[in-house]
Amino acid sequence: MNAGLTAATSGRVLRQVRTDHRTIGLIIVVPCVLLGLLAWIYTGTPVFDAIGPALLGVFPMVVMFIVTSVATLRERQSGTLERLLTTPMGKGDFMLGYAGAFGALAVVQAVIATGFAVWVCGLGVAGPVWLLVVVAVFDAVLGTALGLLASGFARTEFQAVQFMPAFLLPQFLLCGLLIPRDQLPTVLEWVSNVLPLSYAVDAMKEIARNADPVTAVLGDLGIVAAFIAGALALASLTLSRRSA
Amino acid sequence: MMNNSGPAVAVSGLQAVRGKRRVIPGLDLEIPAGQVVGLLGPSGSGKSTLMRCIVGVQILESGTVTVLGHPAGSPTLRDRVGYVTQSPSVYADLSVRDNVTYFGRAIGLRGASLREAVDRTLAEVDLVSYADQLVQDLSGGQESRVSLAAALVGRPSLLVLDEPTVGLDPVLRRDLWDLFRHLADRGHSLVVSSHVMDEATRCDRLVLLREGRVLADVTPAELLQQTGAVDADAAFLALIDAETARSGERSSS
Repeated sequence: MNAGLTAATSGRVLRQVRTDHRTIGLIIVVPCVLLGLLAWIYTGTPVFDAIGPALLGVFPMVVMFIVTSVATLRERQSGTLERLLTTPMGKGDFMLGYAGAFGALAVVQAVIATGFAVWVCGLGVAGPVWLLVVVAVFDAVLGTALGLLASGFARTEFQAVQFMPAFLLPQFLLCGLLIPRDQLPTVLEWVSNVLPLSYAVDAMKEIARNADPVTAVLGDLGIVAAFIAGALALASLTLSRRSA
Repeated sequence: MMNNSGPAVAVSGLQAVRGKRRVIPGLDLEIPAGQVVGLLGPSGSGKSTLMRCIVGVQILESGTVTVLGHPAGSPTLRDRVGYVTQSPSVYADLSVRDNVTYFGRAIGLRGASLREAVDRTLAEVDLVSYADQLVQDLSGGQESRVSLAAALVGRPSLLVLDEPTVGLDPVLRRDLWDLFRHLADRGHSLVVSSHVMDEATRCDRLVLLREGRVLADVTPAELLQQTGAVDADAAFLALIDAETARSGERSSS
């Protein structure tokens, strides 16, 4: 792997996104609109404070999953990926390049979504607000990494979009938002223990209720980071320099 | 001049399957260095598949493909072989300059030498005045020139070009063939597929493919001489007819 090639790929992906104003709008605006809607639904109840932080992690992850999986699928179909793999560009350079570019977008998205949730929607958390941003960034990068992995199994853009419910909705159902994870049937609790979103949501819940959540959150983020690394490694295995 | 002893490409006993079809059932070929070699043949004759084998993106059933002394697709070849696919493979949502710059970076160019290489390449494919346009706003012919530029920017020792002149006007086609000639004179090796037969006369050698086999491997002069035809088009048809007659005899005897 080569830092120069990775950076070249990140820069190129960001330049592509820059020409697509609508996608930028969707990445930034959609999480804010959803959080605003949620706050409105639960006006006058304590529910938004309880689930708002978790969804602040979930919405960016979903958006980044879709954007990334479609973008890389397009690259496979247009022949640019095959061409790149005839150059010194490595599979890891390619994957990390994408992760870096969408990670940078994730930072912007997380700052804006968190700011909107806290200062416009009045989200109140026991822990520090900056930690919400950190966790939201990790969640969005997780979405990117899973999107890169999922796109390896899609042949068409229709399939890539369908992978969103297939990959993400089961994680959403089991992540502890509907009922706490320790109250799930035993088998489902085991399943939820091996799904990355569970730890992302655990971290957010910790910030919501704990005034000094840093230690607990770091543990959860470590697990999310391991999932990100694993997904990227698996995703680069789906790239092959040769085909029949 | 580049000192390449030995051929640019040596293919021996090559068999390759594309999709489910055995496109190349057995092929031997040597492509000399420092020449423009035209790969001709009807569509479906295996031109593109052979090119994919040379650049190392095709899984080989059997046989060997040696490029510049190394097995096709080896890591050492990745900044020495340039490949342009038949349908343009560039980023539609990037400008012309950004595309060429990115592929220049991918083969390791940086800083001033990258900028110079990009400027030189844009001039070579006559896209200087379109440098800052998005590729998606260009015509088909312009887009395929961007794709060509993305391979030229690295000045590869071997250039593999799959139908690079399709959809281009005569002036531009002439200019590109002049560029190919210029590159070959400087020691680069080029493999160019085409089905425009009048381009055959611009090549140093012609390889005629049919159903994944080499029908002829000759100079343009030899082709005309052997067939007694007046132009490349007629010569090619004569060869195809002769081959069809021969295989007809074989199957009936």
